[in-house]
Amino acid sequence: MSALLPLTILLSSLIPAVVTFFLSERNVYLRNGLSLGGAVVKLVLLAIMLSEVARGAIYELRFDLVPGLFLLLRVDDLSLLFVTLSGFLWLLTTIYAIAYFGKSAHLTRFFGFFSLCVAATTGIALSGTLITFFLFYELLTLSTWPLVVHKGDAKSLRAGRVYLAFTMPGAAALLVAIIWLESAVGPVEFRVAAPLHDLGDWSLRAIFALFILGIGVKSALVPLHGWLPAAMAAPAPVSALLHAVAVVKAGAFGIVRIVYDVFGIGLLQQLTLGLPLAILASITIIYGSIRALQQTDIKRRLAYSTVSQVSYIVLGTALAGPFATIGGLIHLVHQGLMKITLFFCAGIFAERAQITRIDELDGIGPRMPWTALCFSIGAMGMIGIPPIAGFVSKWYLGIGALQAGQHWVIGVLTVSSLLNALYFLPLLYRIWFRTPSDAAQAAAPREYPVALIAPPVLTAIAALATGLLAGSSLSPLSWATLIVERSYLP
Amino acid sequence: MAFFEASEGPWPALLIGVPLLAAFTAIVTWRAARLLIWSGAAVVPVLSVVLLARVIHAGGLRLPIGGWAPPLGIAFAVDGLSAGFIVVTGLVMAGVLLFALPQFTASAPGAAESRAGYAFVPLVFLAWAALNALFLSGDLFNLYVALELLTLSAVALVAIDGRSGTIAAAIRYALFGLFGSLAYLLGAALLYAVHGTLDMALIAERATADGATVIAGALMTAGLAAKTALFPFHAWLPPAHSGAPAPASAILSGLVPKASFYIIVRIWFDVMPQAAGTIMPVLLGVLGSCAIIYGSVLAIRQEQLKLVIAYSTVAQLGYLFLIFPLAGGGGEPQPWAAGAWTGGIIHAFSHALAKAAMFLCAGLFMEALGHDRIAGLRGAAHHLPLTVFAFALAGVSLMGLPPSGGFTAKYLLLTASFAGGQIGWAIVIMVGGLLAALYLFRPLTYAFTRRGLEEREFARVPRPRQVIPLLLAGLSILLGIASAAPYDILQIGRPHAAVEGLE
Amino acid sequence: MTEMPVSSAQLFGLCGAALIGIGLYGFIAHRHLLRRLVGFNVIGSGVFLLFGSTGYRRVELGADPVPQALVITGVVVAVSATALLVALIIRLAQLTGSARLPEESPGGGR
Repeated sequence: MSALLPLTILLSSLIPAVVTFFLSERNVYLRNGLSLGGAVVKLVLLAIMLSEVARGAIYELRFDLVPGLFLLLRVDDLSLLFVTLSGFLWLLTTIYAIAYFGKSAHLTRFFGFFSLCVAATTGIALSGTLITFFLFYELLTLSTWPLVVHKGDAKSLRAGRVYLAFTMPGAAALLVAIIWLESAVGPVEFRVAAPLHDLGDWSLRAIFALFILGIGVKSALVPLHGWLPAAMAAPAPVSALLHAVAVVKAGAFGIVRIVYDVFGIGLLQQLTLGLPLAILASITIIYGSIRALQQTDIKRRLAYSTVSQVSYIVLGTALAGPFATIGGLIHLVHQGLMKITLFFCAGIFAERAQITRIDELDGIGPRMPWTALCFSIGAMGMIGIPPIAGFVSKWYLGIGALQAGQHWVIGVLTVSSLLNALYFLPLLYRIWFRTPSDAAQAAAPREYPVALIAPPVLTAIAALATGLLAGSSLSPLSWATLIVERSYLP
Repeated sequence: MAFFEASEGPWPALLIGVPLLAAFTAIVTWRAARLLIWSGAAVVPVLSVVLLARVIHAGGLRLPIGGWAPPLGIAFAVDGLSAGFIVVTGLVMAGVLLFALPQFTASAPGAAESRAGYAFVPLVFLAWAALNALFLSGDLFNLYVALELLTLSAVALVAIDGRSGTIAAAIRYALFGLFGSLAYLLGAALLYAVHGTLDMALIAERATADGATVIAGALMTAGLAAKTALFPFHAWLPPAHSGAPAPASAILSGLVPKASFYIIVRIWFDVMPQAAGTIMPVLLGVLGSCAIIYGSVLAIRQEQLKLVIAYSTVAQLGYLFLIFPLAGGGGEPQPWAAGAWTGGIIHAFSHALAKAAMFLCAGLFMEALGHDRIAGLRGAAHHLPLTVFAFALAGVSLMGLPPSGGFTAKYLLLTASFAGGQIGWAIVIMVGGLLAALYLFRPLTYAFTRRGLEEREFARVPRPRQVIPLLLAGLSILLGIASAAPYDILQIGRPHAAVEGLE
Repeated sequence: MTEMPVSSAQLFGLCGAALIGIGLYGFIAHRHLLRRLVGFNVIGSGVFLLFGSTGYRRVELGADPVPQALVITGVVVAVSATALLVALIIRLAQLTGSARLPEESPGGGR
């Protein structure tokens, strides 16, 4: 049974995906039931596994291909952190997407690839070896492409091209890195120290650079971030998926795996690779914020904000002290909750009030109170205002930086928070305090149906709760602390 | 080739006999064609699988025909490599025949009287018989006869629709092919003069790196390379493969070039590995690399789907030739790095399945649209979702993305090149994969375009026919997911040179 | 046949080689497809002659029958190939009015 659990959790999204492809457009209830059912089953399984893994259990399933090439699904504390996040957000995003699309066309394809995408993300979280990771990483690329081009208009097709132009070479770099490494030291299993010293220092550095190049595309490290703003052409549920549930997170998670479970902190410091990675992350944080400031489109501003925020995770990983690591890991969850709230709300603004530009937000707050409230919570969390989740992440990152002796990081965090405030506060001001234009006043946007509003409300509550109750034993913070205590403390 | 002697009759001859019989019956009474196709398409793959099971069980068979042992008699020799090729051939052929069933044996009046309707079925069965004979042969001259039979039926398949363009393509193909056969035959004659036998196992025992053997090998390789459309002999392939009807193209692109490649592999790895020297493997590798790059770049520039697929074949065949420089090269920490040979063969299998699927998809697009211009594929993802999905799945395998057979192959080849310190080949493989993404995502992008849907007319295509390419593409993916099985099968009777490399 | 001197085997071999050379020239140099086909057949004859001459290798046992059998098979194959090509060439000539490949026609790539 314990070997089958990882497989079941993967199948809980894979089976809905495959079955959905063969449904006709008319089978709406079956299709929605499959997606929702899969998500619920997954959450139940996750609950079981969380309690077991907390007691020290590890689930493994090994599948041999050709000699030296095997797939390993493995549930450990770190993978559970990611898979729980994506499982929870998958359920909410599915509900949201069903309400968002209503009766429009091509939904079978959409939900099929959507579930496939989540299956790939689950696979990434559960991978126990580099090759397994690569397999699901590629599956993620392939299953998100049809979602990015879903609308089929010129803009989304261009976005699809840009997406491939970044991700395909990225994947090639990743594959070269993996094979270069494995052809010298054998198959690399996460958490099993490989004899990396068989390779020369410079080879290891080159391999690490290739890894970062390959995975950095998905985590949108500057200058590999170009696809993310372009992909804003896709519908709102896809943006939620790209930014919070799957793609960007998979990249950040991958970097965590590479740094801690392939190279290890000791080797990384010996090769002096931590600092360059931290600097790269810092540049991304600042650059993303500055670009966000320049945007006039809500979704584009949010996209650049993601570029910036995801690099907090990378930064925490690169600093490598216990507190910095905790900060990075919880930001994986916190950023997901806050950013998905923002995208849900942006989608509702666009669908129900035809608002896509920032200056159109004037005075929308009183007329769409639920959406505006959730948006505000998400935005304030991003700035790092306590007690919302974002504050906890930044706090731990700051302490971690001091612990690692990298005082300049405090400066980066401060500047970034200031920039966050600069690009989010004007939105909140417009939403709540400006009077709407006459034309906008005439329109009467409605927040319906409940299924569209409930997901952002829930994620906003979750973002608040993870901040307020960070000390409780069920919080992401406690889980991240558990991971760090178990695995990465010397 | 260390074969276990097996005391069984030459029943594998049925693998040749049944399709041959089917071909002749189809020529005489085409009205029975439908029944024939069904039974042939069912019986021969079953026989293939039985053969494979026997090979797995007995570890390689050597069956002297009529009980006469070589050098006087001739023998079938079957190991994992040949059994694998026979099974893949069986799967592709069965799929293509089922696919073509409504197209060429339509009961509509006049449909069956067309040249294509009359000739297609017998020609496919002839090609099938030839392919099986080729993979069964343990003897260089049998290989020649089978290869000729294959070339002739392939040429006829190219010319089947009788337009002047395709006839010219067929003639061009025939000229290359016949030139290749003669070069091969000359090489075989030289080997016979030196070693007094044409049985591959016997030559392998006798061959040394003497001048005559090397020249014979070079002649045969040159001839076979022309038939495999290895760069720079590729010019005949794109017009021939894109001009033929889609089901014929599936066979021509998926299977026919693999046959001559199979002989090259046999010659160098089984028969005379010690004669390979250092230049020949590198030369073949370089030509293969040129094919990968040149074929892919031209595939990107095509405006017609079938030409894209045909140029992609030129490129994909190039990968096969990388096994010559890459075989061997396993270091101590990673013995599986010697898997380049296996990787190349798995690539041949997965390309056969994926490329057949792709041509069948192109055929469906043509049926639905009446043309195969890429720009005209707009909206296909909506009207023919299964076909687009099958095309994409086949594309995954061709791009070498996991978890497809193409990926397993790429992984083995890349590992071999890194482990052997031959990074150059790895770069070619990676660049080839990226170029493949470029030429495959172009039609897919159009298929996902929604603009201009309203005025576009898509004829209906029955679902069962859409399922066949999907199954073939799915098999090429399955080859990667369950790659342990083909890997193990290919180790049966694997030549030592595959592990130790060509000297 | 047994008293045939070895040197005549070499003679046949050389003739075969010469035929191959002549045929190859015709095959490559000509554009008219029928001429190329004839060239192909001349090469074929050369190869068969060469192959046949290898039957002299073990003089004390008499002529080796295997090459003869093989050459017969080869001739059959070559005849079939020729027949198919002739049919194709005739069809091409009927359709286009020229027995050359389009890219090699004097008029260019029609």
